[in-house]
Amino acid sequence: MALLQISEPGQSPDPHQRRIAVGIDLGTTHSLVAAVKSGVAECLPDARGRLLLPSVVRYLQGGGRLIGHEAVLAQAQDARNTVASAKRFMGRALADIAGADKLPYDFVQESGQGGMVGLATADGVKSPVEVSAEILATLRQRAEDSFDADLYGAVITVPAYFDDAQRQATKDAARLAGIHLLRLINEPTAAAIAYGLDNAAEGVYAVYDLGGGTFDISILRLTQGVFEVIATGGDSALGGDDYDAALADWVLQRLGRSADTPTDKAAARMAARACKEALTATEMVAFSVFLAGDSVQFDVSRADFEAATAALTQRSLAAVRRALRDAQLTKDEVQGVVMVGGSTRMPQIQRAVGEFFGRTPLTNLNPDEVVALGAAIQANQLAGNRSDEGGAGDLLLLDVIPLSLGIETMGGLVERIVARNETIPTARAQDFTTYQDGQTALAIHVVQGERDLVQDCRSLARFELRGIPPMAAGAARIRVTFTIDADGLLSVGAKELTSGVEAHINVKPSYGLSDAQIARMLQEGFATAQDDMQARAVVEARVDAQRMLLATQSALDADGDLLEAGERTAIDALMQTVRAVLEAQDAAAIEAATEALAKGTEAFAAQRMNRGIRDALAGKSVQSF
Amino acid sequence: MQLQSDDFELFGVPRRFAQERAQLDARWKDLQRQAHPDRFAAEGAAAQRVAMQWSVRINEAYQRLKDPLKRAAYLCELHGAPIRAEDNTAMPAAFLMQQMAWREALEEAGGAAAIDALDDEVQQARAAALARVGALIDGQQDWAGAAQQVRALMFLARFAQDVDRRREQLGQ
Repeated sequence: MALLQISEPGQSPDPHQRRIAVGIDLGTTHSLVAAVKSGVAECLPDARGRLLLPSVVRYLQGGGRLIGHEAVLAQAQDARNTVASAKRFMGRALADIAGADKLPYDFVQESGQGGMVGLATADGVKSPVEVSAEILATLRQRAEDSFDADLYGAVITVPAYFDDAQRQATKDAARLAGIHLLRLINEPTAAAIAYGLDNAAEGVYAVYDLGGGTFDISILRLTQGVFEVIATGGDSALGGDDYDAALADWVLQRLGRSADTPTDKAAARMAARACKEALTATEMVAFSVFLAGDSVQFDVSRADFEAATAALTQRSLAAVRRALRDAQLTKDEVQGVVMVGGSTRMPQIQRAVGEFFGRTPLTNLNPDEVVALGAAIQANQLAGNRSDEGGAGDLLLLDVIPLSLGIETMGGLVERIVARNETIPTARAQDFTTYQDGQTALAIHVVQGERDLVQDCRSLARFELRGIPPMAAGAARIRVTFTIDADGLLSVGAKELTSGVEAHINVKPSYGLSDAQIARMLQEGFATAQDDMQARAVVEARVDAQRMLLATQSALDADGDLLEAGERTAIDALMQTVRAVLEAQDAAAIEAATEALAKGTEAFAAQRMNRGIRDALAGKSVQSF
Repeated sequence: MQLQSDDFELFGVPRRFAQERAQLDARWKDLQRQAHPDRFAAEGAAAQRVAMQWSVRINEAYQRLKDPLKRAAYLCELHGAPIRAEDNTAMPAAFLMQQMAWREALEEAGGAAAIDALDDEVQQARAAALARVGALIDGQQDWAGAAQQVRALMFLARFAQDVDRRREQLGQ
């Protein structure tokens, strides 16, 4: 017999139980997890009260791994096996990584890695996606410990300037870590949410986000809970790491020394970082490092550091100028500049940005935490938790695609399909035809970037369309639809118009992981290693099924009047089928019933949307009540 | 209201060239509040799919409505006078002479001042052409005439891009 549940007064056993949803800032140097607790977003500490988790994973011989602070301890001694800044390698080939020779890693570029660079460690070759998944899984565990409950889902932040391959790699890492990804959102946008809600800001704001490895600039318009990104720009390979490297180079050059071994390379970088951080508070610091067995010292002033890194700061300001031009705004129209990312603590950055905009940048939020906090607020809302608990009201993000998308045409030229800074989600259709009699396949090469030649842009993927009905050359009309979803990820669909045949699409990502690789990595297990995969699948299917049941029920409660009696009966029957299999230990059966319910309610969902739109158009008259 | 409704119906604004930008912006946000996939994140894949279609459609309409050039082209198309910019490049001789003169001036422009002056001239020509388009569409319903003006505006837009590019070159 089931026990009667008694709840305390004021805590009703709401069927729409609060879902645990978190925001994760997966950073180059460190990562954080935040959640909305009692209406306020806060970062979650680990067992020892620390908020920042160093984004470092150390692989040990025989399969062990240390993550975060424990991995950092031996960073200099075991540099080759201690992977830091994996974010810089996500969705990247070895040739893309600037200064790879200065890093203490053993990079491998295997053809089997789908083009993405790998790292040889004591525990075998690791993909940057696997390294990131370890960090995500650790933060997931932290959140679950903090709430003593399973995680419903997470919003993970990415640099606004991340291209499709880098976003896809991040999404894959979430999948490996067993995290239900609610949304990928851009770091500056997340920061704007936290800042905007905190300060009830309205108007045009710029977010200058200089992290450990990436730089973003976003120009947003804030109006009544709508965060509209007008333009975004940046450099996905410019960050605090580069300031460290420039400083290390500068000092080594003055000393007439070089760092050649992995240990020396790591030592030089860590010394540069310590020196950089100290220079935030003082004017003059000794750069001290242990190189090739002897201790070396060199005095560095703030002015030296500034001179050694001026070119980097100028690079960031060039991107700011470009973003303003894209937004068709002048600097005077920007009401405030929000500083995000630990690297904005450097005094020369604050001064340069202040001088550029002619106003003091806003630094009243902790630049390390603000991104995770904004992501947590968005996660809470996406999970369907009531907004009064999130303090977010009714927020809506309208973000943009950071880089133009194009396809390769004759002679290696790029034909632009979607222009940068277009609001997502968005879609474009393009018609193609065959150039040979009886041709049944077509290859489309999609690239991302602003340049006119394919070789100057980033290759995203090659799509092979198969199953086109054989026709005379030029007779087929193949409509290819490129869709960019709210995560900023591309998908492609194709249909031959005269016959109506849907072409089968085979995607070959240029720098991504294949489904087979992901499956293998999943087998190898992450923080989920002890879990029985089978049991996990059943639990996940059940959660999905319950989510679908709840969603359908609330849709019926709200808009059931849209349905004819027959339609209603059909949906009720589908729901009953789901309930009947819910307790079975058969993941496939639960999934099938859930899928059937999803399909059976699609038309209803479309009708509800129509009603919503009509209400929006009539909104003025409703509000005037 | 359907996904197939035209942009004006979708945004609930009159089907004409003259539009208020502030109203379009507000409608866009109102509609996205209803349809954006984020509103349905907790509701399963089917609702997400439908929401995405609507959201894409609303963004498409907004892109077209807020840009006077695209809006004019769209109205011409709706009224059976497609622009066909790629196979209809015949322009009046005077217009082409003007274009050539501008191109020469752009190549010779050596500093910001010269470029700014040229830019001003182009912007004025653009404003005048837009006013003519407005009169042809809203006043006279002369769709063929409006389509011709739209093609002229497309030349101007391309030239304005070249001006920007030149400015960027000189700036570095």
